[in-house]
Amino acid sequence: MDPGAIIFYAIAVVVIGSAAVVAFSRNIIYSAFSLLGTFAGVAGLYVLLGADFVAAVQVLIYVGGILIIILFAVMLTHRITDVEITNRAVGRGPAVVLTALLIVLLVQALRETSWIKAKETSYAPTTTTIGDMFLEHYLLPFELASLVLLVALIGAATISRKETKE
Amino acid sequence: MAIGLEHYLVVGAVLFSLGALTVLTRRNAISVLMGVELILNSANINYVAFSHYTSASVDGQIYAIFVIMLAAAEAAVGLAIVLAIFRIFHTIDVEAAETLKE
Repeated sequence: MDPGAIIFYAIAVVVIGSAAVVAFSRNIIYSAFSLLGTFAGVAGLYVLLGADFVAAVQVLIYVGGILIIILFAVMLTHRITDVEITNRAVGRGPAVVLTALLIVLLVQALRETSWIKAKETSYAPTTTTIGDMFLEHYLLPFELASLVLLVALIGAATISRKETKE
Repeated sequence: MAIGLEHYLVVGAVLFSLGALTVLTRRNAISVLMGVELILNSANINYVAFSHYTSASVDGQIYAIFVIMLAAAEAAVGLAIVLAIFRIFHTIDVEAAETLKE
């Protein structure tokens, strides 16, 4: 077994194990922290796939941004001194059965499909190519994305500020 | 057996299913948002895996970056809404907060 395969399986176990904790943990703090394992593991998968820039973006935005926002929201909406921080789940039995069926279906479908494979896979640095494509081919989506981010920023600030009665 | 496209797709499929399970069963609004993040991550794994194994271009990676960026916007707005709901209803149980105003 070559080292790449061992690393892949190790990362896959971390990703799926952490995701299972997110789905099944009874304490929302454990769920929030185990998201870290999933996000960091997915960044590792990107590195294995030769996507260095996407891996860096994943660490910066998901681990450094979204995870922190989620933890803030957890801390702000629960009395953290309570022993029992609720993370209620209902209808778990049928949902687990449905999900298992979904996994079987998806895996079966993707095993039976014959995917078109590229002749060779490259592991060259991608940052320059991505930067060039953002400013040439994907210029309009890029600018729209910045507009969406601005709107989301203003919207989030407006929604979460305190109402002032006059 | 060498690691190929199918391995990554299986990881993506399992991650998607766990995210869907989280969204389906959780009654805490923040947990539901965590499930959505899992689903978005699984979609990104598929984008980057297809980009690596089936084409010589970086188009898939660019889509993945767009998805990450929209996920950031979604998390900011979604959690702001959760905080607003918590201020009004004093709970973030999605079954308790079923109206749009007090």
